[in-house]
Formats: sequence, C-alpha cells, structure tokens
Amino acid sequence: MARSGPPIRLLQNWPAKLAATPMILTALVVFIGCSLWTVVHSFTNSRLLPRLDFVGLAQYERLWSTPRWQVSIENLAIYGILALVLTLAIGFLLAVLLDQKIRFEDGFRTIILFPYALSFIVTGVVWQWILNPDFGLQHIVRSMGFSGFTFDPLNDSGLVILALLAAGIWQGAGLTTVIMLAGLRGIDEDVWKASRVDGIPALKTYLFIILPMMKPVFATCVVLISAGIIKLYDLVVALTRGGPGIASEVPAKYVYDYMFGNQNLGQGFAASTMMLAAVLAIIIPFALFRMGRKRHV
Amino acid sequence: MSDAAYPAAAAAPPRSAAPRGRLLDGPAGLAPTRRLSGKRIMIYGGLLIFSAYYLLPLWVMVMTSLKGMPEIRMGNIFAPPVEITFEPWVKAWSSACTGLNCDGLSRGFWNSVAIVIPATILSIAVAAVNGYALVNWRFKGSEVFFTILIFGAFIPYQVMIYPIVIILREIGLMGSVWGLVLVHVVFGMPIITLLFRNYFSSLPPELFKAARVDGAGFWGIFLRVLVPMSLPIFTVAVILQVTGIWNDFLFGVIYTRPESYPMTVQLNNIVNSVQGVREYNVNMAATLLTGLVPLTIYFLSGKLFVRGIAAGAVKG
Repeated sequence: MARSGPPIRLLQNWPAKLAATPMILTALVVFIGCSLWTVVHSFTNSRLLPRLDFVGLAQYERLWSTPRWQVSIENLAIYGILALVLTLAIGFLLAVLLDQKIRFEDGFRTIILFPYALSFIVTGVVWQWILNPDFGLQHIVRSMGFSGFTFDPLNDSGLVILALLAAGIWQGAGLTTVIMLAGLRGIDEDVWKASRVDGIPALKTYLFIILPMMKPVFATCVVLISAGIIKLYDLVVALTRGGPGIASEVPAKYVYDYMFGNQNLGQGFAASTMMLAAVLAIIIPFALFRMGRKRHV
Repeated sequence: MSDAAYPAAAAAPPRSAAPRGRLLDGPAGLAPTRRLSGKRIMIYGGLLIFSAYYLLPLWVMVMTSLKGMPEIRMGNIFAPPVEITFEPWVKAWSSACTGLNCDGLSRGFWNSVAIVIPATILSIAVAAVNGYALVNWRFKGSEVFFTILIFGAFIPYQVMIYPIVIILREIGLMGSVWGLVLVHVVFGMPIITLLFRNYFSSLPPELFKAARVDGAGFWGIFLRVLVPMSLPIFTVAVILQVTGIWNDFLFGVIYTRPESYPMTVQLNNIVNSVQGVREYNVNMAATLLTGLVPLTIYFLSGKLFVRGIAAGAVKG
C-alpha cells in the first residue's frame, strides 16, 4: 500500500497501461463481454447460428421441462453435496493424521496428492477399468467365493454417482488435505499448550477448539470444491459418458452437447446461464463475508 | 517402488516417539499419553488404508499395461503379470486408432507439446507483467480489472466458450494450435497474475525505488531487477501451467481439429471409441503415457508443486 507509483496522469504511466492491455482485454472482453453475450443470447431462439431473435424465457421453460436437464441438476446436487462433505471430511481427517509427527510424512503426502496432478480423463479411464464388471472389483470379489456379489455402478443408474464420487475424490481430496494441513500448521502452538495444560483430550481439542479456528480454511476449501463441482465435465465424459442412459448426465455436459452436438445453441446458452447463476449464488455471499470480515477487523 | 516403503512404515511404528521433544517444535500433535502406541497404530493404519485407495489405481494401471489380452481375460486386475509384455505400450504409442488415424498417441503427445510450450511461456510472460504493473505501476482502474480477473476465474467456462469460438473464427485462429494457446493464456491469467502479484508485493519496495532513482524505466526495472530475483515463482508458475494445460480436455476438444487434438482428447477417443475390440492393456498403457508428463513434473518438483497449488488456492 505504501508503494505509490508515479502520480496518475493519463500519459505518465503509459508503459504500464500498455503492458496491462492483455489483462484489460481479458477482463472486459472475455470475462464480462463473453459472459454477457451468452446471457443475452440465452433469451433468443438461436439454433444452428446465434441470432438476436428474442423469445423471452422460452429457452428456460424448455430447459426446465427437459428430463435430461432435470436429471443433470439432480445429479449435480447429489454429487455436489456428497463430494463436498466427503472431501472436507477426508481432507480434514487426513490432515489431522498427517499432523501427528509421523514418519514418512512427505511420502504419505506425495501419495495422497499425486492424483491431483493427473487429468480427469486419465482419472475417469482408470476408474472405468477398476469398476469394469467383468474384470474389476466385482469380478475379483466374486472370484474370491462370493459369487452372488454385485457391484456394477457403471451400469446401474442408481449407483453410478458412487463411481463418479470414488474417482472424483481420488483425484481431488489431496488438494483439500494439503490446504487443511497448511491451516493446521498455521495454528498457534500456544493453543495446544493451553489445551494440554487444561488436560483436554486431543480429539476434543480438534473438534471443539481447532475446527472452529479453521473456519476460514474451510470456507476457502468449500469455494474451491464447489467451483470444481459445478464445472464437472471431463470426468463424466471419460468415466460414464453420461450413462447408463442419462443417469450420470451433468449440466456442463448438457451445455457442450447442445452447443456443439445438437446444434441447439439457445438451449446451451440457457443452460450455461443457469450454471453462471449457480456460481454467483455461491461466490457473492462468500465475497461479502470476506469483505465484511475485513471491515470489522 | 513406493510399495516397498510402506510395509516398512507399518512394521516399525515409532513407539518411543519422544514425548518430550514434541511439545515445542513442529506440528501440533496428540498430547503424549500412555496409550501412545495404540493411537500410533490407528494413525498409521488410517494412513495406510488411504494410501491403498490412492495407490491401487496406479498399480492396476501399470500391471494391466504389462499384460497380454489373454491373461487379462483370465486373471485378476490386481495381480502382477505372469508374462511381461511391452507390446501394449508400443501399440498405444504408435498404432492405436482414433477415428481415421492409426498412428497412436504419439500424434497427441506432440500436439500437446506444441500447445503446452508456447501457452506456458506466453501466459507466464503476460501474467508476470500484469502482476508487476499491479504492484509497482498502479493506474486508475488497475485494481478493478484485477478484481474482475479474479472473479472471472470462477465463471464456468461453459458460459464463455461459444463467444470465444466466434472471436477465434473472426481472427482466423479457430481450429489452430495458436487459437488454443490464446485460450490458455486467457484462462490461465487470473491465477498466474495472482501468483506474481502476491510475490512482487512481498518484495521490499526499496528495490523498486532505488532502481527508479537510478533512472530505470518500466521494462528496465522488470527485466533487470525483478525477473532475476523471481526464479522460484517462475518455476512454480511453469509447474502450474504445464500440468494444467497438459491436462486440459474441454478447450482442446472445442478449439482444435482432430488432427491437432491434444493428448487427453485423443486418449478419451481411443478408450471410449465404440467400434472394435476393447484392448484394455493398450488403454492402460495409453492412460499412463498421458499421465506421464504431469506425474514426472509432480514427482520431480515435490514441494514446489504443493506451493503452487496452495498459493493459488489459499489466497484466491
């Protein structure tokens, strides 16, 4: 803040302004311009080509009465809630386990985080193989003598979300763990000393003292995980292709398929605008919360 | 390789985990009690179970890729190969078919290389200059643009992909590698700009002021003073961008043509193509080949990788 540039006159700072042109263009043309363009065109009846022929909310009415969109939203809600809760729980648990002055901490951390370096396509393809009914888990449990064992999430519309969860958490929980571990390490050692002096058991200290202190870390994780959940696309394409039937369709895939597969741009625009609305519903309260906190402190 | 290390961890639970020394330094641990060893077993047990969950897919991938198809049909996906064959790897690399092309993943690999190198260099160059301008050369509105940029990182790509198709078509880059490079520069900008902005603002301002007094200008200070002392943050940015761009699927499938598809798109086409007999060993070799570049970077970079994602994540 103390770093004051030269006084602001239109020409004096021109190299900086020139150098920042890509940033200004990205912010104005892509992030604001393109988003508004899509929102505006979601009220038109564009099909093969975008047209400014406004039809009011017709695309949205059609969107919400399309079974595939309803399934997509339902899947995203179920997947989202389960992925969020499980990722936070696993992330916190693993961070606490890693924080016990264990041996091979680096080794364990490397193992937990490595899937995060892999793409969702790789993740999806691997889990498709592990969950393959004829060769994978089901086959192995059966060949161990449990011949009636059935676990075929890739072909069972009720269980397919489990397949997405197993793969998604495998890929992403490591990131949450690392962030939470950094959060745990940031907690003042005096807290631990005090709780030891008072004879509070470690488990209680974690649940009732440390956990509330980690609220900002949790908030960050929630935003990151949610942003990832809403964008969920590659994993579905690689793992289930939306199947069986339409059982694992998600909104991002709906958008892609209607824009580039079905040549029904209006539906794609309306669906993506709904995704934007969902993100804003998460981001705006979070931003207000952060701004409010800054003002009070 | 790493399997060997883990039984060792289980076999030797550090029973005498020096209760006294733990009070003051390092991570906050459990309070030392008499039941320490029981707790330790639970801690290591929990970590080993999770490690198995994380490592098994990797194990299965490697094992499957080294088996012949007859062995896969008869056997157990977790079992090591009876007869090791590298044929699936050769086939995945040089002759697996996607659509009309039967020249394997090598095509996708070189396409990805041709995309990742310019996209990484350009996006980091642009973002580093952004960060520098935002910290040292603020102008009216610079913080507003930065705020838009950060918010933009959360806008679902789906909202912006179609208008970008139009823009790329207008400037004649649709379907070309350079169009995709441009897209990566744009969408990598928020996080990398943030990374550099935070780094530059942590440097002592006197550096900048002294260079100013010496008469250095915008580019002089950046190139001669800041860049030479920013090597660590450049490394973090390179790690972040190379893995991120290499792993991209959505932009690749939208903005390139089949002959310039990046590796991830080609992998998906090989594995999920409906026609033909499914060759699981070739699929797994192809998967490993696609994961090899980011995995190598991850294992070589170690803590820098963690620092990169944490820097991007925590401050966002």
